[in-house]
Amino acid sequence: MLGWLFASPADRRLLGGGRLRGPTPWVIAIMSFSIFIIAATGLALAHTAGLLSSAIQARYSVEVPGGSSNLDVILRTVRSAPGVASAEAVPEREMRKTLERWLGPAAASPDLPVPALVNFDVKPGVDLGEIGRRVAAAAPTATISAHRETVKPLLKSLRVLQWVAFGLVLMLSAAAAAAVVLAARGALDTHRSTIEVMHGVGATDLQVTHLFQRKIAIDAFVGSVAGAATAALVLLLLTAGAAFAGELVGGATLGPGDFLVLLLLPLALTGLATWVARAAVLAALRRAL
Amino acid sequence: MALVGILGFKARKEQTLEAVAEFDSVGLRYGTGGEVLRDLDFRLANGGFYFLTGPSGAGKTSLLKLLYVAQRPTRGRIRLFGEELTEAPRDALPAYRRRIGVVFQDFRLIRHLSAFDNVALPLRVAGASEEEVEGPVREMLAWVGLADRASARPPTLSGGEQQRVAIARAVINRPDILVADEPTGNVDAEMAKRLLHLFTALNRLGTTVVVATHDIGLISATPGAQLIRLENGSVVDPTGALKNPPASHNKGGS
Repeated sequence: MLGWLFASPADRRLLGGGRLRGPTPWVIAIMSFSIFIIAATGLALAHTAGLLSSAIQARYSVEVPGGSSNLDVILRTVRSAPGVASAEAVPEREMRKTLERWLGPAAASPDLPVPALVNFDVKPGVDLGEIGRRVAAAAPTATISAHRETVKPLLKSLRVLQWVAFGLVLMLSAAAAAAVVLAARGALDTHRSTIEVMHGVGATDLQVTHLFQRKIAIDAFVGSVAGAATAALVLLLLTAGAAFAGELVGGATLGPGDFLVLLLLPLALTGLATWVARAAVLAALRRAL
Repeated sequence: MALVGILGFKARKEQTLEAVAEFDSVGLRYGTGGEVLRDLDFRLANGGFYFLTGPSGAGKTSLLKLLYVAQRPTRGRIRLFGEELTEAPRDALPAYRRRIGVVFQDFRLIRHLSAFDNVALPLRVAGASEEEVEGPVREMLAWVGLADRASARPPTLSGGEQQRVAIARAVINRPDILVADEPTGNVDAEMAKRLLHLFTALNRLGTTVVVATHDIGLISATPGAQLIRLENGSVVDPTGALKNPPASHNKGGS
């Protein structure tokens, strides 16, 4: 099935010239670079959305606007309610520290009202109404909100971005395929006289096709691996830079399956280019005679 | 060395096939133009030697293209080696082409390949191993006087040398039909004589030879050969000898 990859030296001489000449490896490398970056971004978004979604699925908050002096009472009330797996109060200083990122030193002002907050996780099938009644008895102004509702718009945006990334990968793959078709047609034009002679001495279309298919497969493999390797390096540098700056840590991440997908991308691109080249050459040859 | 030894030829055994090629009401046109060949009705006897003559533009090269399966007729029927070719699927054509050696007027050598690789091409295409290729190709190159130019590429060869490489390539595969388009156009008298000797030797071994030429000397030096004269795209055959050719005059042996 892959015998065409292992051409004899005589067959390799038939198309003349060296490998990696012409624009094909470069075009494929650029496409591979772009596809790798976009695919990595899309996969990271998908992975992060999944992690976020599962982490907040059972998480709720009790919020007392304007703060509360009896935070410990609320915390105990929540912990003792049936179906609550865990609960923890968010200290005021931590909330002010979070607000400081947006408000600056003003976040430390005692004039800024900071709500009292207790986060809790529930077990499946819990009666939230019972928890609400107990909390209301301890703090009448308290409200309970589900994290998944708060984060829903963000998750939706992440999903949309993930599909946009997937669409871009498909479009770039189609562009790479189109570039290969042009390269194959160019190669056929360049080697038209050789093809005529080969046909004249009894070569089959497949024998001729295998020569071009092999040449383009090698170009595509080298180009796609080089592009993907460069993209991986760029992503590593960006990640390292972000970690050094203290940003994005704990943000977008890739799962083990995602790394596998990224590793397979250059091979998939090579496979696509090879298949497209084969189809383009065979179609062009069949138009003759 | 004799050609028989070089190619490992053996005289073909008595063959039942009388005609290697049969043209019935064949016409050919390119695109939407008028017919360049029309109403071709003739047969090539197995083992025959034919000269294709006629004025320039009469359609000799087009007829040869039909014969070496580079074109399909636009009407009529062609049978090659006893099999219907006109409607044969594309995938079946290479098998016919491997049985036909062609010497093109413009040589059609692959410029970036050595003389050795050019001559070896038909054998390699047919699936011969490098061990099977090496000996016959070296001997064939020696026979056409190019043993020391085996690694030379066509642009570095003279016209005559290129012609000899082209001829070596055409006969290396022991073809059943040898088609040559003006083969002596680029060679000197001595080489033309050697080529004719090669063609007649091949013919004696059973190969049907068709040579398109204006060279009267070549024709007159080949007694027993038949003439196919083309005029305005039609074969001139007043006696009907080409339509019902005599039985093969294959003598066998060398």
